[in-house]
Amino acid sequence: MSKLEVTPGMFSQAEIKPSLKATIVMAVISLVVLLTFGIFGKPGDVRFVWSEKNEVIQLPAWTVNSMLFCTVIGVLLILLSVLSAVFNRMGKLTPIWLTCVYGFFAIMALLGWLATGALQGVQMIFILSNTLVLAIPLILGGMAGIMSERVGVVNIAIEGQLLTGAFVSSVVGTITGNLYVGMISAMVAAALLSMVLASLAIKYLVDQIIIGVLLNVLVIGITNFLYSAWVDKDRANLNFPGTFEKIPIPLLSDIPIIGQTLFDNRITVYLMFLLVPILWFVLFRTKLGLRARAVGEHPLAADTVGINVARTRFWWVTLGGMVAGLGGAALTIGNVGSFGREMSGGQGFIALAVVILGRWQPIYVSLGALLFGFTIILRVWANQVSPGIPVDFITMVPYLVTLIAVAGFAGKVRAPAASGQPYVKG
Amino acid sequence: MSKKVKELPVADSKANSVLREIMAGDPVRIGLSILLGFIIGGIFMIVFSEDVVDSWSNFGADPNYAFSAVWWSIQDGYGALFYGSIYNFNADNFIAGIRPLTETLRFAAPLIMAGLGVALTFRVGLFNIGATGQIMVGLAGATFVSTRMELPQILHMLVAVLAAVLAAAVWGIIVGILKSRFGAHEVIVTIMMNYVATALFTFFLREPNLLLEAGGGGTPKSDRPADTAMLGALLGPSFNLHYGLIIAALSVFAYWWLMERSTFGFRFRMVGHNPTAARAAGIKVENTFIWALAISAAFSGLAAANQGLSITGGLTTSIEAGIGFDAITVALLGGSRAGGVVMAGLLFGAFKAGASSMQVAGVSPEVLGVVKALIVLFIAAPPIIRAIYRLPKPGPKMIEAMQKAEKVSK
Repeated sequence: MSKLEVTPGMFSQAEIKPSLKATIVMAVISLVVLLTFGIFGKPGDVRFVWSEKNEVIQLPAWTVNSMLFCTVIGVLLILLSVLSAVFNRMGKLTPIWLTCVYGFFAIMALLGWLATGALQGVQMIFILSNTLVLAIPLILGGMAGIMSERVGVVNIAIEGQLLTGAFVSSVVGTITGNLYVGMISAMVAAALLSMVLASLAIKYLVDQIIIGVLLNVLVIGITNFLYSAWVDKDRANLNFPGTFEKIPIPLLSDIPIIGQTLFDNRITVYLMFLLVPILWFVLFRTKLGLRARAVGEHPLAADTVGINVARTRFWWVTLGGMVAGLGGAALTIGNVGSFGREMSGGQGFIALAVVILGRWQPIYVSLGALLFGFTIILRVWANQVSPGIPVDFITMVPYLVTLIAVAGFAGKVRAPAASGQPYVKG
Repeated sequence: MSKKVKELPVADSKANSVLREIMAGDPVRIGLSILLGFIIGGIFMIVFSEDVVDSWSNFGADPNYAFSAVWWSIQDGYGALFYGSIYNFNADNFIAGIRPLTETLRFAAPLIMAGLGVALTFRVGLFNIGATGQIMVGLAGATFVSTRMELPQILHMLVAVLAAVLAAAVWGIIVGILKSRFGAHEVIVTIMMNYVATALFTFFLREPNLLLEAGGGGTPKSDRPADTAMLGALLGPSFNLHYGLIIAALSVFAYWWLMERSTFGFRFRMVGHNPTAARAAGIKVENTFIWALAISAAFSGLAAANQGLSITGGLTTSIEAGIGFDAITVALLGGSRAGGVVMAGLLFGAFKAGASSMQVAGVSPEVLGVVKALIVLFIAAPPIIRAIYRLPKPGPKMIEAMQKAEKVSK
């Protein structure tokens, strides 16, 4: 029996031994796939298109009977659920690779089912590359979340940092005519905003959540004002930066499927490719990271061994803001090409959710962000191939998944123990 | 395999004292915060006024004009805010003159109701960002009753209000259960629930069997609410003000009575003050959380009813109008007290009412968003305002005095 355990930290800390919950969720989804997509699915064929016309190596499109395809995958998913149950019997958590493989096949079944009978078929390149581009702000926002929460500061202001980055990169990029200057100033501006959060939360012990929410309100207010009173009046000279050129990486970009998706992108994407592993390495393989995590888990102990808690927190939160600023730049000069009112549209809050979904681990957080990116593009695409599908439910899925995760249904979710708690020396 | 017995929910004492400092909200600091917010807003208006920029670029030619342009830009902006939200001296008669004030009241009503909801959770030591979602499901409930049911006058309206309140309360209870039974943090839960509620309401609005307007397709929009369900005009047809204001007034009284006079409210405050002590005193803290979130959401439901039953066209999700998020700032500015929330709601209601006349005067009303954020930021972060005005830090003596005053007022 699990007794209620509420901790002073920001997130749930339900102590969960390898439980059957995750396995049960997997089994239920498997049955849904098998029955509704497979056995009682849509009759007709589905076409998987693996290449775009301009690619060097063309993979042939692949046509298959939808019901057969989904039934096969349904059975496969059930086998994977069984495997998960086996791990459970051995007293182990379901490994993350199994979850990923499971997710991949479940998504393929969903795509196949949706595109049954549709002319354009499942356009893999379109879906995958859009997923990645849409996920960039979420991934970078998530990294910012990790960097501050790992040292014990809850950063609700990611939304504001993304918006700041988006605004500054667009305006500075247009004025200077140099997008790199725009990108760097976005990072600096967001880092400054982060410093406000850090100093109020760390030095003055103002409630971190309140200050985060209010900084968001402030940034929304300021960017809205500057947009309507200044930028929007002279769009050509103030808000017309364009986007970074796509840089195809020689040879790699010619690989079918992944070449177009991963290696023919803008610099913001490549920077993310670098940042995520670097952050993982620093956090878990260096002294610096160990100290940071110590501060987030047990500031008193960290202080006792001579780590400056306040300074560590301050710089990690500030650097986190910088990363979120890059994420904001990815919204404008890395994707859309100009700033729009409140264009971050809640992505900072989604990044917060992604941090929890990914259990404060850079790699997993990136995967979680890709899930959200995927649902955004899925909604658009599903509406085209299969009109009448209730797209609002697709919108809901990632939020429901997050709710399930924070409620402790999907394995152990444990935040850094001191997350959200101010530390007073003495 | 012994379970680790965790500390019971304890809000950090330091953080608690910060919250208390915010709530203690002495009038001087609040006044100074508002003043500073308006001053900085004024600077924004000056810097981005075209007249000012023109006149200062020709400063040598006419320095007087340059200075008067600065003055005029502020007078235009805040003057228009006054005319648009309190009294219009340019109007022909009293009715037209006082109309802005009634508009302020109309905009303030839902802010106050939702603000009370958020304030209640603050008092229990919870941070409920979920007013947006609660308003969305409340709107779904109210709209279903108002567009799909036929009932006699007044009764129809009451049923619609009740539907909004119940729908919202259910949404709040879900948060409460996730918090109390599963240990999920309410901040993240409410943020997620906001998105789910918005998507759910949009789905309802798209669905012909639920809320979609007759003959509608494509866009998620409902029919206009039946006349029998509408909140009637309060001051006759020449004003937009409706009975939502009365509901707001009643909810303010209810909130005051609940928090300051009832045993229920005493329990709420006790849990907010020190959950460990409350538990030791035999209060079921988990259940208190659930009750608090349910009642809090019910207040948001009233705000939803106010929005959904006063509109003359069909509803879309935009009817929420950011009230759920504004409610947080209202509650913070109002120090989570009934009276404070009313004042804060009126101030921000005035901002909404005055926005259009500022637009007419050629001043971007968005500046009010900055003013609003700054005011609440200064209130919520006492160190900033203390640093700017060089006020003394409340020492132990001052806190003692404040606590005494609190006791006396009880």
